[in-house]
Amino acid sequence: MPGLEDLYREIILDHYRTPRNRGELETPPAVRSDGHNPLCGDEITVYLLTEGEGDAAIVDDIKIAGQGCSISQSSASMMSQAVIGKSVGEAKALIRRFKTLMSIEGVEERPGDADVVLGDLEALQGVVKFPVRIKCAVLGWNTLAQALEQTAH
Amino acid sequence: MTLDVESVRKEFPILSRVIDAMVEFTEHSYAPINRSSYRIAGEATDAYEGARRAIARFVNAPSPDEVIFTKNATESLNLVARSWGATNLGPGDPVVLTAMEHHANIVPWHMLAAERGIELRWIPLTPDGQLDLTDLDRLLDGAKVLSFTAMSNVLGTLPPVAELCAAAHDAGALAVVDACQFVPHNETDVQAWGADLVAFSSHKMCGPSGIGMLWGRMELLDAMPPFLGGGNMIDTVTFDGFTTAPVPAKYEAGTPPIVEAVGLHAAVDFLDDLGMDAVRQHEKQLTRYALDTLNERFGDQITIYGPDDVDVRGGVISFSFRDLHPHDVSQVLDQHNVCVRAGHHCAKPLMSVLGVHATTRASLYLYNDTDDVDSLADALEGATDIFGV
Repeated sequence: MPGLEDLYREIILDHYRTPRNRGELETPPAVRSDGHNPLCGDEITVYLLTEGEGDAAIVDDIKIAGQGCSISQSSASMMSQAVIGKSVGEAKALIRRFKTLMSIEGVEERPGDADVVLGDLEALQGVVKFPVRIKCAVLGWNTLAQALEQTAH
Repeated sequence: MTLDVESVRKEFPILSRVIDAMVEFTEHSYAPINRSSYRIAGEATDAYEGARRAIARFVNAPSPDEVIFTKNATESLNLVARSWGATNLGPGDPVVLTAMEHHANIVPWHMLAAERGIELRWIPLTPDGQLDLTDLDRLLDGAKVLSFTAMSNVLGTLPPVAELCAAAHDAGALAVVDACQFVPHNETDVQAWGADLVAFSSHKMCGPSGIGMLWGRMELLDAMPPFLGGGNMIDTVTFDGFTTAPVPAKYEAGTPPIVEAVGLHAAVDFLDDLGMDAVRQHEKQLTRYALDTLNERFGDQITIYGPDDVDVRGGVISFSFRDLHPHDVSQVLDQHNVCVRAGHHCAKPLMSVLGVHATTRASLYLYNDTDDVDSLADALEGATDIFGV
């Protein structure tokens, strides 16, 4: 059995205890997307404010709300730090890269995805050893993907 | 009679005699039931009907013919809502449920509310997680159905089933009991309850998954329309229509879970031999020990939901531990080989009453002892080390 230290890395616990970019944004101009895992009850809401058009638009601000386990909440917190200031295209690439890290099947990787730097997010790699927790780690990212879709419309 | 837990434990983690019975049957008597005339087809039919008789005895049903095999307790409750509800409920008809129901006893009624406009009423809870029956008369006024759990799968609460069935009947309502959690842990007597329809499930009583039961009074089952249509449930079929087989075949369309019925029969014999009174007494003592141990060791760091009085509760113990999320608690416990359920327990309305999104639930049964409870408490200490709270 893999050890809990693989799952609960110090940086993850830090984001759990002190979540970054916690809160709400006014909609509009921001968009709001709600995600939840019906089987376990975890909830994440992503507020996303972008400036510009299409994939070149820039993520000006992001806020995270919701409740859930340490993995879902810390993953969303780390995600918020990783995408702020990035372009929408870069955020989408990061989502694909992260889902690949989580062994999610069916991710359509694009040229350049392998060069995307995960940084602190690498700490979540240990989640893969606990397959039932993968859905916790990915919840925020799926919710962000929905929010990015909304900004495109 | 007292329970010999030491010898019980030797038969688990999965009751080996259930597996043996299913293997034996599958190897030697595996055939469809109620149709063919060759020898093993007859053996299969006998085995399947033998399971029905064992279940009837186990819950003190007046006749085995009143026991219907379904896929699970959820299907049993859907059968009631669809079959009885479709012929007896219309717009504005009140159906009374309680605030501690499993989704299986909520969603089928919500579906009828959406389709036919029935009105749902809810019996509230007291602060310690028992049914608050103060307004029962008003809630039952004009009601067509009272459908309630005999034991909460979250709180362990044991409501006064016979009293509630009598109250339902006084109000002219049907008394439906979700006994899924109750039957494995208590002596069950559907006649003493005075219930009309009772749903329960194999997988909670040491039997295999894939088979559940509905017991009902014969006059009701005779009058209700069939639930699913197909083979086995007909008397005759023509180009113009069909007539139904007698109960219970009327409600058992298609090939039923035959091997599972055989396994369930072995589980029921096992429980019968132990004596359900002995099982209940064992669980009462163990639940008392668990409540005291957890409260003494963790004080205000743990919140245990449901009544403290073991006369009115069973051995499912839901709790919040410090401010840790139940998934994280269960992950730590798993590391210590303690398996608990973490989540909403298919009782989201109850979670909202408790003011939480999820709880951790330890479930005690006939194979657990005080060492297991101590292991649970020791493992909880481990959560502190990791999360530093």
